[in-house]
Amino acid sequence: MIKVENLCKSFDGVEILKNISTCFDEGKTNLIIGSSGSGKTVFLKCMLGLYKPDSGIITFDGLTYSEADYESQMTLRTKIGMVFQGSALFDSMSVAGNVMFPLNMFSKMNKAEMKARVDQVLERVNLQDAQHKLPSQISGGMQKRVAIARSIVLNPKYLFCDEPNSGLDPKTSIMIDNLIQEITREYNITTVINSHDMNSVMEIGEKIILLKGGKKAWEGTNKEIFKTDNKAVTDFVYSSNLMKKVREVYRREN
Amino acid sequence: MKHIRNIGKYFIMLRKVFSNPPRGCDFREVLVKEIDDLILNSMGIVAFVSFFVGGVVSIQTALNLTNPILPKFLIGFATRQSIILEFSPTFLSIIMAGKVGSFITSSIGTMRVTEQIDALEVMGVNSLNYLIFPKIIALMLYPFIIAISMFLGVVGGWTAAVMGGFATTTDYIQGIQIDFIPYHIAYAFIKTCVFAFILATIPSFHGYYMRGGALEVGKASTTAFVWTSVTIIVLNYILTQMLLS
Repeated sequence: MIKVENLCKSFDGVEILKNISTCFDEGKTNLIIGSSGSGKTVFLKCMLGLYKPDSGIITFDGLTYSEADYESQMTLRTKIGMVFQGSALFDSMSVAGNVMFPLNMFSKMNKAEMKARVDQVLERVNLQDAQHKLPSQISGGMQKRVAIARSIVLNPKYLFCDEPNSGLDPKTSIMIDNLIQEITREYNITTVINSHDMNSVMEIGEKIILLKGGKKAWEGTNKEIFKTDNKAVTDFVYSSNLMKKVREVYRREN
Repeated sequence: MKHIRNIGKYFIMLRKVFSNPPRGCDFREVLVKEIDDLILNSMGIVAFVSFFVGGVVSIQTALNLTNPILPKFLIGFATRQSIILEFSPTFLSIIMAGKVGSFITSSIGTMRVTEQIDALEVMGVNSLNYLIFPKIIALMLYPFIIAISMFLGVVGGWTAAVMGGFATTTDYIQGIQIDFIPYHIAYAFIKTCVFAFILATIPSFHGYYMRGGALEVGKASTTAFVWTSVTIIVLNYILTQMLLS
């Protein structure tokens, strides 16, 4: 479980995150949603330790990252998997090389064991045939799957995804969403996803946090999102006619 | 003020570059790749420039020796001194700041833009050490390039002198042997090692700390070239004062 208490972050005097407190549950897909500029990515990067919060505490199963010594921080980092918005695959390495990279760095496996683990993970994301290709030779959806494979190769306890289906067609988006949800349940990991894809919100959002202007505006599940009349939710989620109709149908049927 | 802050940031970066190496990193593999990118891929341009500049120095010297009393071996002497003392260690380093420096800044800058550096950090890899330390070690082979440049520069001078009819081979060889001070070679290689460190670290600094997109990568490459050249020229002055006077 990841617990965030009173998190604040500003850049050049501009407050981006304002006193955010929440927790992300283990074995669940937790979604952070909000419009562009609402602070989602900054929130995610603060949790990942890429940005130092101005104030506030982030604890990973009781371990406070900012108070931990260097060794503990590094150990914690090996338990974190991250899927970046643009995949962030290493251009000079093949698909297999990218997935093997964390194993090379942190595992005590020998070459054969690493190869077997890479094969296993690539099979899990259905990319066993692409392992010798370079990232530039595969599609955006495949790159996302490689990024997911790389992020789970060390059996992480926490998985962070920054807009995992941005730039993907609806079918591939659904596939990526399902893959993340399956992996979350399979490995019982705490997954935190940044998204503004409403399909993801409805399909896999077991816990949803809505950010607005750097503040937590709403928190609930994908079922509760249909029931709430919270203005921030209404403004963001039901801004399109399609979503309004989906809510009407849901309310009529329930 | 900004420049002073950047100088401080540069030295803080250097401290991080030499600390906390990644545990399981296959350093040999990374180093071989860097040697290929930074050293071997520069051989062509170094050979080409050195040979022709050597030739030009030789012709210029010959054309200025209008007094018949002046011996022809001075062509070889002047070419040797120009190439060994200044052209190969200093001016070739400025050319390399354009070639190798831009490559380093743009490759690290692109990794920054595409969040590959963030990916390394999230994994718990000291990205500064992982990305920059192998470049510093690879560029410690830079004196090898400079030695080749010196040789080709002198050969270029000989080719131009003989083929242009300015001097005979005997005159030229006499010139490159006369008043030879071995310390000048040591001086050149000391400068080269310092410049190699500058060539690896200043472009890396500008690539690593850049912010923005593709346009900023281009701007960072230009800034890196300017600052690397300025630093090399200033250090050349200081080192010459220290080592030769």
